Amino acid sequence: MRPETEAELAEIIKGADGPLSIRGGNSRSMAPAGAVLETGGLSGVELYEPGALTLVVKAGTPVAEVEALLASEGQRLPFEPMDHRALLGTTGEPTIGGLAAANISGPRRVQAGACRDYMLGVRFVDGNGVVLKNGGRVMKNVTGYDLVKLMAGSYGTLGVLSEVSFKVLPQPEAAATVLIDGLDDATAVQAMSAALGSPYDVTGAAHAPVGVDGTPVTMVRIEGFAGSVAYRTEQLQAQLGKFGDVRVETNAVNLAAGWKWIRDVEGLAAQEGDVWRISVKPSDGPRVAAALNARGVMYDWGGGLVWALTDPGQDIRSLLAGIDGHATLVRASAETKAQIAMLQPEPAPIAALTAGIRQKYDPRGILNTGLMG
Amino acid sequence: MEMPKPNPELLAIKPTLVKKLQGVLPLDAVIHEEAETRAYECDALTAYRCPPLAAVLPRNTEEVAAVLKICHDMGVPVVPRGAGTSLAGGSLPTADSVILGVARMNEVLETDYDNRFIRVQTGRTNLSVSGAVEEEDFFYAPDPSSQLACAISGNIAMNSGGAHCLKYGVTTNNLLGVTMVQMDGTVVEIGGAHLDAGGLDLLGVICGSEGQLGVVTEATLRILRKPEGARPVLMGFDSNEVAGECVSDIMKAGVLPVAIEFMDRPCIRATEAFAGAGYPDCEALLIVEVEGSDAEITEQLDKILAIARSHNPVELRESTSADESARIWLGRKSAFGAMGQINDYMCLDGTIPVNQLPYVLRRIGEMSAEYGLGVGNVFHAGDGNMHPLILFNANKPGDLEKCEAFGADILNLCVEVGGCLTGEHGVGIEKRDLMVNQFTPEDMEAQMAVKDVFDPKWLLNPAKVFPLATSETRRIAAE
Repeated sequence: MRPETEAELAEIIKGADGPLSIRGGNSRSMAPAGAVLETGGLSGVELYEPGALTLVVKAGTPVAEVEALLASEGQRLPFEPMDHRALLGTTGEPTIGGLAAANISGPRRVQAGACRDYMLGVRFVDGNGVVLKNGGRVMKNVTGYDLVKLMAGSYGTLGVLSEVSFKVLPQPEAAATVLIDGLDDATAVQAMSAALGSPYDVTGAAHAPVGVDGTPVTMVRIEGFAGSVAYRTEQLQAQLGKFGDVRVETNAVNLAAGWKWIRDVEGLAAQEGDVWRISVKPSDGPRVAAALNARGVMYDWGGGLVWALTDPGQDIRSLLAGIDGHATLVRASAETKAQIAMLQPEPAPIAALTAGIRQKYDPRGILNTGLMG
Repeated sequence: MEMPKPNPELLAIKPTLVKKLQGVLPLDAVIHEEAETRAYECDALTAYRCPPLAAVLPRNTEEVAAVLKICHDMGVPVVPRGAGTSLAGGSLPTADSVILGVARMNEVLETDYDNRFIRVQTGRTNLSVSGAVEEEDFFYAPDPSSQLACAISGNIAMNSGGAHCLKYGVTTNNLLGVTMVQMDGTVVEIGGAHLDAGGLDLLGVICGSEGQLGVVTEATLRILRKPEGARPVLMGFDSNEVAGECVSDIMKAGVLPVAIEFMDRPCIRATEAFAGAGYPDCEALLIVEVEGSDAEITEQLDKILAIARSHNPVELRESTSADESARIWLGRKSAFGAMGQINDYMCLDGTIPVNQLPYVLRRIGEMSAEYGLGVGNVFHAGDGNMHPLILFNANKPGDLEKCEAFGADILNLCVEVGGCLTGEHGVGIEKRDLMVNQFTPEDMEAQMAVKDVFDPKWLLNPAKVFPLATSETRRIAAE
């Protein structure tokens, strides 16, 4: 099924007699059971006002198309969404709907905010086939409950997105990355904390125990106007010198490649094993890595986001008991996915609230059934 | 403004209720004498007043849970209250409700600079959160203009913004986690010091739910290192259109000011008479502020000034000292006081797409003439969040009603051009009945379904957010 309009989408959901497997570009290959409902027919930009930093786009629109349009005006999606294809070995074109439904953000999340923080409004069809809207296209809006946030990261289980409005931001004139070589994980997190706690507006802080050349590398990114970037880079270089040997990278091509390498977890992509995404407070990052005895790890968000490559079929959550946060199983065999929940199981009172909301929005339980547990 | 009729059965059980509340709280934490409950009869929307059955002032999550459980079991509505600074009537009691005030819950529970968060009890005032981390040069970014008085609990309830949210976002973008007590007394922990939700983003829907889903007792907030400095520039234009174009060009240019404030001629004149900041007598005035080191500020301001010059400003005033910066902000900061000096006023809070600014300002001017009520505009131009101040005379019969009708027209205009009823103050009772102009019945049903899950008996903060007719069946079923 591939609706071309929101009304058709509503008809399909209303008339469904069994589970629906909602599919954008299928770049995550989540494929819950059910009849495939493709959103690709709901494509196109509805409104783009660079002077108001506002973009309204239909949910099935490819992310690449949106990024190209924004780039033509010197703007971008500020949350730096990850592209999962390298990690998951998938093809397909990531869509705006998928991005929003999974609240996908990249390294800049630590400073700029997540996908959910830039979503101004949504239109969607709930499990009863009712067309709903929430939020809008303006940057400040507290009118009624914020269902936009609820939809962000709901993986299609509350409704199928038909349209999303975003706040976008200008691309910076210049960027630089301060690199520190050879740090152990704990020292790297300390260095990143120092950088993120400085007044220099760091827009990315990542650490790879095994960098591209096989040795540890810590990366701290600065973006903005040229003079300002130069100034802040210099300040950070001086401040971070106590942690190790500091280099500065300003070549635009290298910067883009380096941060894409972090964003898309390319350092772990080619190796075999399950891949977990663990969100904790930054200083707990090294504890997570130590507890897992993983095949490989990468740290983003100043240490607060740990990507871990683990033995296939292993449920790591029990190893992380006592560390606040959550672990998502991002890559595993179908067999493992059938046994281990993708998302962190919730404590009983929270699970009751979640189940209650799902029951209200999708009483028949037909939307991406079981995807969120 | 219509409020539901108090339930006589609840009024009758007051003595039992008070006794039970006294059983779980210190004696002085249960306020029930009529003379004393009057202190809680309204918030900053003073046009509407109603003393509650009782008011309670718990000190911690456990006491909040005990109070809510009692009220839940007895079917008594509860109105959570922060500092009572809501401009929308967000904590207006009903006669059969208990006010749950968090004023005694103002402790800092944890400060963590390495991980850049602070955990506080939610009765703490907004400004004192920044105050608690100031010694390390950190701050909490959302800065509503009532920040000296307003409590974090209310900030979370209304998803409060402020002048600096153009750069730093509003409350929801700076809130990492909460401890919340549900109406039945269940305590839940949502989020924490880590980023983003592991399942559904309940934190996102709790923030801005106007105290209708639970009572938030503790909050984990993101703190940021202070910038090295900040400096404003003032520009005057001879038309609102040109000022609007200038705002748009600044945004497009890649400069991200921390604030872009706008004042129109009526407001400029009123503040000049009041504060004498030396503003030019022009049609529209912008104050743009940027942050960073001295050199960074100059780099940004050079770009902004070049853009401003291309729009032929009638005035362009740079600051070269802290004193000059203060003078640039002086008029803006005293705008509300200045307007209040001339008259009673009602402050609106609609948001519009930035490019609709000239049209909306023109329409407001026309409506002002039709209603025969003056209006001044002062607002956050970068994000389109308008604050028209309608002047009226509270002592003149019929003036308040006329003012409310004018206000409703302006807010509906905001919705019509693609904006919304409220950008940062919340719906409360003030904009409750206008919700039908922004949302379909189905849209509101979807929102109310969330409340059904969190508060099935509809006891928390009754008669707010949704029009009474819309929520009626649920409220009656709950009785």
